[in-house]
Amino acid sequence: MKKKVVPYLLVSPYIIHFLIFIAFPVIFSIVLTFHKWNIISPMEYTGFANYIRLFQDTLFLKSIINTLIFLVIHIPLQIIVALFLAEVLNQKIFLRGFFRAAFFLPVVVSGVVVTILWQQLYGFDTGLLNKILVTLGFGKVGWLIDPKIAMPSIAIMATWKNVGLYIVLFLVGLQTVPKHYYEAADLEGATHWQKFFKITLPMINPTIFLVVILSTVGGFSLFIEPYILTGGGPLNSTLSAVLYIYKQAFFYYHMGYSATLGLFFALIILSVVIIQKKFIEREV
Amino acid sequence: MKKAIFYLVLVFGALMFLYPFLWMITASLVPESDISSFSIIPSTISFNSYTQMFDKIPIGRALLNSILVASSVTAGVLVFGSMVGYALSRLEFKGRNLIFYVIIFTMTLPFQITLIPQYIIMVKLGWIDTYLALIVPYLMNALSIIMFRQYFKSIPQDLIDAARIDGCTELGIIFRILWPNAIPALVTVGIITFMASWNEVLWPLIVIRDEELMTMPQLVTLFVLGGRAESQLGVKLASATILALPIVLAYLFFQKYFIQSMASTGIKE
Repeated sequence: MKKKVVPYLLVSPYIIHFLIFIAFPVIFSIVLTFHKWNIISPMEYTGFANYIRLFQDTLFLKSIINTLIFLVIHIPLQIIVALFLAEVLNQKIFLRGFFRAAFFLPVVVSGVVVTILWQQLYGFDTGLLNKILVTLGFGKVGWLIDPKIAMPSIAIMATWKNVGLYIVLFLVGLQTVPKHYYEAADLEGATHWQKFFKITLPMINPTIFLVVILSTVGGFSLFIEPYILTGGGPLNSTLSAVLYIYKQAFFYYHMGYSATLGLFFALIILSVVIIQKKFIEREV
Repeated sequence: MKKAIFYLVLVFGALMFLYPFLWMITASLVPESDISSFSIIPSTISFNSYTQMFDKIPIGRALLNSILVASSVTAGVLVFGSMVGYALSRLEFKGRNLIFYVIIFTMTLPFQITLIPQYIIMVKLGWIDTYLALIVPYLMNALSIIMFRQYFKSIPQDLIDAARIDGCTELGIIFRILWPNAIPALVTVGIITFMASWNEVLWPLIVIRDEELMTMPQLVTLFVLGGRAESQLGVKLASATILALPIVLAYLFFQKYFIQSMASTGIKE
């Protein structure tokens, strides 16, 4: 008797937590999408009104496109920079541990700190980046005030913050490449770049795909960076989908509509990740 | 020659990653009028920005709140994660596979679905502006369960059988037999959970309005965004420095474990 109950007692915290914080919210969010609700007054059934509104909401569409723009710049940039620095670090290097630790530092620091810092670096008149550009004889760049540049600026900042983690992942990947492949290539007189493109790159494909998946999921939750840096501006050019969902709920108290946006956006995320996984399973 | 280029790249890279932090510390330590946009050598040291910040926001209280929340969450995740992980890896019972698949499924579920309903649950439970809202939803974590399950599988069954013969309870087996043999898993899960909790900011922004209950990232965010920093750069940077300091110190001491833990799970915040 006792033996039969014990396993269930051990897993019961998970089951209770799952029911309250996952199962119920998922079901409730579906119910909410058919209602109008500002939390204070009672819920009002509105049928498909939220869905109809969603498909006419150009700002929501823009926020999704903004998030995709962020991903399209951030992911390739991150892979190129991380791979490059990992490749350099993978040589016999003096103080290698120090360099690795330095690149990793922004990963552990709160995104709030990183964002406050980059707000200063990106300053139009007093920011370090523009001062360097002016010293070198270029014009100033409106890092955060030019609607065309603001989102790429955030993507650069996010790359700076996360790239250390991916350097470490690539270093692990690089160490799995058998040494004798390179030795054989050396005998054939291959250049460094030939070895990189013909041996290294194909061998670490799995790591690249892992990085793509991880940064896609992370990138879709873009929130605090535009929240602090730009508030979604200029001209909503950095309004990310999560920031828009947040604003609908906690600025305007459109709980039903916000839940609809959340559900719809989550389905987009799931389909992108599933497509990526399918693609990867075929490739690897 | 090739080596020289490598070192040049690395030194330039390290500078790009470290310089902004050094500049932040310097700028927080000089008088407001002396803040330059590039120097990392302080002209004169002044703690004016820090005293002003301490006057304006309860940052000491926020530090204690952050420690309380992150420690409770980490303790909960370690205890509950290993209980569930143990049951899933070492005990036979009906529904075991079902629970395992449910856990895997929840890992793929984007938080955007549950965000609004979870907030409403907090309202209904009366947990808005309480520590409970910051702690309880995070006490269980799918990834940690999976990691403990994997790790406990590698521990020899003989060890568990011997403990049972000695009359050890199942909880005793987990905490007295398995834990001492699972230090790497505990360290990894502990570091990742603590860091994620320490740096979390979206959820606190939603459930906490009372300044006395805010954790550091939330308090600093609202301070920098709101009018109270009065566009004084030094004060803003002082608050950012204080926010970064604890985790950076921990990182300096346990650097190897931080890097290993995060690389083994691929998790950032």
